[in-house]
Amino acid sequence: MAEALKVPTMAEYMAAGKKPEVLFWVGCAGSFDDRAKKITKAFVKLLHEAGVDFAVLGTEESCTGDPAKRAGNEFLFQMQAATNIEVLNGYEIEKVVTACPHCFNTIKNEYPALGGNYEVMHHTQFLKSLLNEGKLKVEGGKFKGKRITFHDPCYLGRANGEYEAPRDLLRKLEVELVEMRKCKSNGLCCGAGGGQMFKEPEPGNKDVNIERTEQAMEVKPEVIAAGCPFCNTMMTDGVKGKNKEDSVAVMDVAELIANAQDL
Amino acid sequence: MQIIAQILFLLALVAGIGFFIRNIRKLIRNIKLGREVDRSDNKGERFAKMARVAFGQSKMVKKPISGFLHVIVYVGFIIINIEVVEIIIDGLFGTHRVLSFMGGFYNILIGSFEILALLVLIGVIVFWIRRNLLNIYRFLSRELKGWPKNDANYILYFEMVLMVLFLVMNATDYQLQLNGAPHYASEAGITGAFPISQFLLPIFEGMSNATLIIIERTAWWLHILGILFFLNYLYYSKHLHILLAFPNVYLSKLRPQGEMDNLQSVTDEVKLMMDPDADPFAAPAEEETSAEPEKFGASDVFDLNQVQLLNSYTCTECGRCTAECPANQTGKKLSPRKIMMDTRDRLEEVGDIINKKGKYEDNGKQLLDDFILREELWACTSCNACVEACPIGIDPLSIILDMRRYLVMEESAAPNELAIAMTNIENNGAPWPYNQQDRLNWAKEN
Repeated sequence: MAEALKVPTMAEYMAAGKKPEVLFWVGCAGSFDDRAKKITKAFVKLLHEAGVDFAVLGTEESCTGDPAKRAGNEFLFQMQAATNIEVLNGYEIEKVVTACPHCFNTIKNEYPALGGNYEVMHHTQFLKSLLNEGKLKVEGGKFKGKRITFHDPCYLGRANGEYEAPRDLLRKLEVELVEMRKCKSNGLCCGAGGGQMFKEPEPGNKDVNIERTEQAMEVKPEVIAAGCPFCNTMMTDGVKGKNKEDSVAVMDVAELIANAQDL
Repeated sequence: MQIIAQILFLLALVAGIGFFIRNIRKLIRNIKLGREVDRSDNKGERFAKMARVAFGQSKMVKKPISGFLHVIVYVGFIIINIEVVEIIIDGLFGTHRVLSFMGGFYNILIGSFEILALLVLIGVIVFWIRRNLLNIYRFLSRELKGWPKNDANYILYFEMVLMVLFLVMNATDYQLQLNGAPHYASEAGITGAFPISQFLLPIFEGMSNATLIIIERTAWWLHILGILFFLNYLYYSKHLHILLAFPNVYLSKLRPQGEMDNLQSVTDEVKLMMDPDADPFAAPAEEETSAEPEKFGASDVFDLNQVQLLNSYTCTECGRCTAECPANQTGKKLSPRKIMMDTRDRLEEVGDIINKKGKYEDNGKQLLDDFILREELWACTSCNACVEACPIGIDPLSIILDMRRYLVMEESAAPNELAIAMTNIENNGAPWPYNQQDRLNWAKEN
């Protein structure tokens, strides 16, 4: 068994009378979903590699309320928001980074009006800033020259206008970045948003993730890069549905960077 | 004879504009049935967005073919309407081409109107072909069957006829000037330039001046009466966007698309629940008991806000939203365009009741179930593709969300699996049934 990751919590920081420079908001998927946990760990490795002073809330973290809000349960959302804001403000958090675009969007856009004001970054934005500051090295390694397409998460792209940070990181990996015909502001959803992740789809003639996977397959990628744990699940399922899991990998941008360096 | 024509013209003008104003007042009254919403902030940014998106058509051209054609028809519509100013003055005062004192510039104007008229005619014909002969996804939806399809075609026919009348009017006028007919010809030579309609002259060859005048007058009258009729057709059709696109873009959301509004009524409740000093046994204040408790979310048009209702009148059913919708593309019933059409149709139904009875009386219908189905609402992934696709800032997603809010918070009618996810969030802080105390276990696993 490999050495366990060092993941400091806010409670530990508080006990030591210190404050980290950034809070890593892990999110429910990043905490509990087996596939997403790998993304969480890859990102933590990169944080260590770059020497970032960070902490997590650990057991004090709770769902941001995004799925509840988008399913129409504003009451539950605001209960979650109030609780989380109380915790975040209690620790005097100023900067939050998260690997989940849904948490990112909610904390960045919907918490301020409820009393939670923080600088919030998606992990691809944060990694790019580390790269710009020279704290993180992003190099091709094993992905150099590989054909990779990036699937835009709705809540990072259209919802918040961030299309370039993940692509800039991929370019740094010296991959052959190919775009699907539906990309950036025209990108097709993976099918998980708005609470769909947790329910069966309405009757139709196809699942959204299959449609999106087919669009990805059109550009014949070796890797489908994602920036959201839910997109990751949906695309992984889509690739399996097409029996392509042996030739096409679905990986988060953070995983690609960490794997390229064999972290 | 001339004076009778002038009086008839004045009557037509007053009737046309009067009826139009009456309809616009009804429209405003209906929109005001919605909840108030404050969009008085950031005026500069709103004007800039309106200039870019509505006036500048910046989102239209994202689809190059229809976008380019639309720009032609739009520019043609605006520019050719300068000619309407002259027509109105001529009509009221019995003059002939009153603006021709501008000389060479006038010739350039008339010449460019003619070229634009031809381009509009071509554009509109291509639109008709796209709508009726080509299999374009967004024109094949269920919700376009019947009236919406006919409505779209009527508008295209209308524009074709108006452009043809304009060119016939100019051609006969030109011929009359060439013939030296009194009232038409002037000492100074030919008034106006006719780069397109000159090619129509062979049609009118050999006709007497009397016949030409009849044709010219008929085309002139039909053209202006057509415009007045069209102005009044707007209210009954999807075509209101030519006016409402501007305020609609101005009032559209400036915040990131991913942000959904926090319901203030809920914030108040949550604050009260979390307030340690709140007295659970306190009797509600006098005014609170008499007021009806605020409804959460929307089940009818009255629960939507005024911008959402304006959105519904502004929608011109182009279907770019529906074509981009992931649910629609995969065969689900949801179509964002239908959400907008249903909202407008229900609002019109309510408006008709008010017209007839002076106030709204329940007709046993509402927006939810009678127009928009729950199955449509639950198919949405909240991906914002519809909002992004709309060239004039309509937000179907906000209506879907408000209706979901009603279903969940007033009726507890979420789909079962979603209800379970919500229960999990409530009990253990995650949509899955994992213990919150296990949230950091991943750090210890390898």
